[in-house]
Amino acid sequence: MKIIVPVKRVVDYNVKVRVKSDGSGIETAGVKMSMNPFDEIAVEEAVRLKEKGVATEIIAVSMGVPQCAETIRTALAMGADRGILVESDADLQPLAVAKLLKAIVDQEQPQLVILGKQAIDDDMSATGQMLAALLGWAQGTFASKISIEGETATVTREVDGGLETVDLKLPAIVTTDLRLNEPRYASLPNIMKARKKPIANMKPADLGVDVTPRLTVIKVSEPPKRKAGQKVGSVAELVSKLRTEAKVI
Amino acid sequence: MTSLVLLEYDATGIKQPSRSAVAAATALGDVHVLVAGIDLGAATEAAAKLPGVTKVLVAENAALDHLMAEPTAALLLALAPAYSHLLAATTAVGKNVMPRVAALLDLQPISDISGVEDADTFIRPIYAGNGLATVKSSDTKKIITVRAASFDPVAAEGGSATTENVTVGDMPALSKFVSAELSKSERPELTAARVVISGGRGMQNGENFKLIEPIADKLGAAVGASRAAVDAGFVPNEFQVGQTGKIVAPELYIAVGISGAIQHLAGMKDSKVIVAINKDEEAPIFQVADYGLVADLFTALPELAAELERS
Repeated sequence: MKIIVPVKRVVDYNVKVRVKSDGSGIETAGVKMSMNPFDEIAVEEAVRLKEKGVATEIIAVSMGVPQCAETIRTALAMGADRGILVESDADLQPLAVAKLLKAIVDQEQPQLVILGKQAIDDDMSATGQMLAALLGWAQGTFASKISIEGETATVTREVDGGLETVDLKLPAIVTTDLRLNEPRYASLPNIMKARKKPIANMKPADLGVDVTPRLTVIKVSEPPKRKAGQKVGSVAELVSKLRTEAKVI
Repeated sequence: MTSLVLLEYDATGIKQPSRSAVAAATALGDVHVLVAGIDLGAATEAAAKLPGVTKVLVAENAALDHLMAEPTAALLLALAPAYSHLLAATTAVGKNVMPRVAALLDLQPISDISGVEDADTFIRPIYAGNGLATVKSSDTKKIITVRAASFDPVAAEGGSATTENVTVGDMPALSKFVSAELSKSERPELTAARVVISGGRGMQNGENFKLIEPIADKLGAAVGASRAAVDAGFVPNEFQVGQTGKIVAPELYIAVGISGAIQHLAGMKDSKVIVAINKDEEAPIFQVADYGLVADLFTALPELAAELERS
């Protein structure tokens, strides 16, 4: 089966982000960018399914500025076979991304699309579910285990009270949670090989999708800062302060 | 303008995050709520008592058991025309269902709001809560998930809503519930607890979480963990507090052996009082703690249990 893995270019998770002083957004100029960590898990899972002989081809898709090609290269170095870059300067929100992905799915006809459960920049946690809706497919979100048997994907999901297992009729959408796997580091030979793998370029218009944002960001502000409090010298002092000063116990 | 809130319930009533979603909806106008699944008698009764709710929609159908995304979204799609806003709490269920509903209606969902400005404008945290974005939606209808920690839940009792059974049409048969392994705990749920005590990598193994238990018992606290402790297998996934785990804002949060990565702080920094116990005095957790104790947790935890026991 063919698997599509969408990968998003985001501010690296180790970067301490700053709100721009004019309140228009987050400072991204000169900041290290990486693949969204949940998308790395998605790529890894697709590669493992290929290594097991379940998947035959993996297509990594990214959308946005031209540099998203680097994010695709990372996926190719991890083991994806080819890439598709949808280039756009627009603020691509989950609805637009889901529509673009649907158009690509219609062309490529994969049996499985594996996405990260959330992007660590906008924290929307929406694209996978929206793609599933547009395609009329089943969805297995927040997956910590995936197994494919015939026409069924069995997905164990991380839910609020523990774990839940569901059977999905294929083709289906899966979104990854942290415990699904530990993504590999690409080896140098694989990074070299990835340079030769093809990346197709297209524009939203080529896919017939209107990507006009539905949400306008009016402003971005800094959250209220917490101040460091006091150090206490002993457990007894801590308990006493929690009782008499903070009055929380 | 009327909102519809998808409720989650258990044997004890309507879950607290759902009651927070009702509180957010109350800021927008009239509120109807939806209970869906099987054996809805108790849930319907509890929903009708929520203050501010005028109508309870009851959708009883085996396909809706466990609130699986595909049928639940189909149901909300059918109910949507009568409402200006559809809401649910930012829980595993809300996150799973609401974006699916939004796409079916060609709408951009507004995820995990922490504030309501007006009917079109909402505040939501981005970048692990390092920014608060004010966003205005141009959509005709809004699909929203609500960050429970940011809205005081409505009370469990005090209202008297009418109830109405809704007819459930054909449900998509795309997925099937197989099983659930839910943790059985006498303790309060993490997202509803007044006190939370969490352990991190410093706990060293799962066995050592037993040191936390007598303290949690004494304080009526829920037990949580950092991602590092969950990834290392000390405790199961449902314990995780952080950007991609549970967001909590208890009266008292005690972080034990947690260094305080940004991703963890994102899940707990709205707590009223934060206590940090860590042997590394440079640990970033101390920068957000109201009370910091630099100590080895293996001596501090038994001492803390004894101190709480004593008085």
